[in-house]
Amino acid sequence: MLSWMAWTWPTALVFIGLFSAIGLLTVIEIKYPGGAERKGILGLVTTRGDRLFLTCLGTSFIFLAWLGLVGMPLWAPLGISIGWGILCFWKV
Amino acid sequence: MKTENQKAWFFVLPVLLLVAFNALIPMMTVVNYSVQETFGDNIFFWEGLTWFEQILRSDRFHAALGRQFMFTFLILIIEVPLGIAIALAMPRQGFWVPVCLVLMALPMLIPWNVVGAMWNIFALPDIGLLGYFLNHVLGINYDMTQDPIAAWVTIITMDVWHWTSLVVLLAYAGLVSIPEAYYQAAKIDGASNWSVFRFIQLPKMKNVLTIAILLRFMDSFNIYTEPFVLTGGGPGNSTTLLSIDLVKIALGQFDLGPAAAMSLIYFAITLFVSWLFYTLMTKDDLN
Repeated sequence: MLSWMAWTWPTALVFIGLFSAIGLLTVIEIKYPGGAERKGILGLVTTRGDRLFLTCLGTSFIFLAWLGLVGMPLWAPLGISIGWGILCFWKV
Repeated sequence: MKTENQKAWFFVLPVLLLVAFNALIPMMTVVNYSVQETFGDNIFFWEGLTWFEQILRSDRFHAALGRQFMFTFLILIIEVPLGIAIALAMPRQGFWVPVCLVLMALPMLIPWNVVGAMWNIFALPDIGLLGYFLNHVLGINYDMTQDPIAAWVTIITMDVWHWTSLVVLLAYAGLVSIPEAYYQAAKIDGASNWSVFRFIQLPKMKNVLTIAILLRFMDSFNIYTEPFVLTGGGPGNSTTLLSIDLVKIALGQFDLGPAAAMSLIYFAITLFVSWLFYTLMTKDDLN
């Protein structure tokens, strides 16, 4: 039934990760409502959801930039992305 | 203690299902395609991130992206000020209000491919009203089928003709919502027309203008039909915008993998610029 979608394990894992993150945020939001709003280093008021969005968007650009400018392998952008994610949830 | 009723979320479910069906699932399929190669028959070969690397390094993509930003930039800096100016010039009450509103809405009622076809015929150098007038009456050498600059002028003019109305109508909605008392207060203070515009009308229009700019950005950045019908991306590749190039790769060459990778990069850029516009324009309200 799903063969037309041409699933592969790596892409499936990306989506499982993405939906788990959204699910996790939903659970946290139910437990601690309000989205943990604060004004971060970018001067923007962000919630947990905004920080996840910025993490994902930033990660995609970090990987795209690395692929375009440097190429394989992708361990370095992975490290930068994890750092970016930590920065987003910690300071932004 | 629960202070909020969260049942309203269930009313969002049908929309969520609809979006999942028409956007999310096709999008997932595009992601799957972007890492594989196919020759049809639903048979796929793993390629990893090859297509992304190939697209990101191709001159063809860079050129199309550059043209796309140029197009969007040009139509935004023309349509937004022009739209505001027309909205300011429109009557706020009386007989002419509905007449102006209907006239303004007319271009937006015309389907995109018809707009393209109309402007194509209108601008043809030998038989089109505009083309003939420019060439044979004014003596200006204008041929959008041969000259890239003429082609660009034509697609920009066409988009301005088609979509400035959207900015006008939104800005007008913002203008009519300003209470008369603001203008009276400004008059008592002896404010100039420019001060009234700068400190009363523009701030009051800010929210609708945010929407207008976002809509025009996304629409123009994803534009396909009108330039495709008008110039077909030519002459040469001079008006081949991103979506036209994308369709050429996907349907013309049947390179579904690279096309999928290109559309994901395209999507990421659209998402980022939309986020940037929205964040910058609503920053002061939220803080």
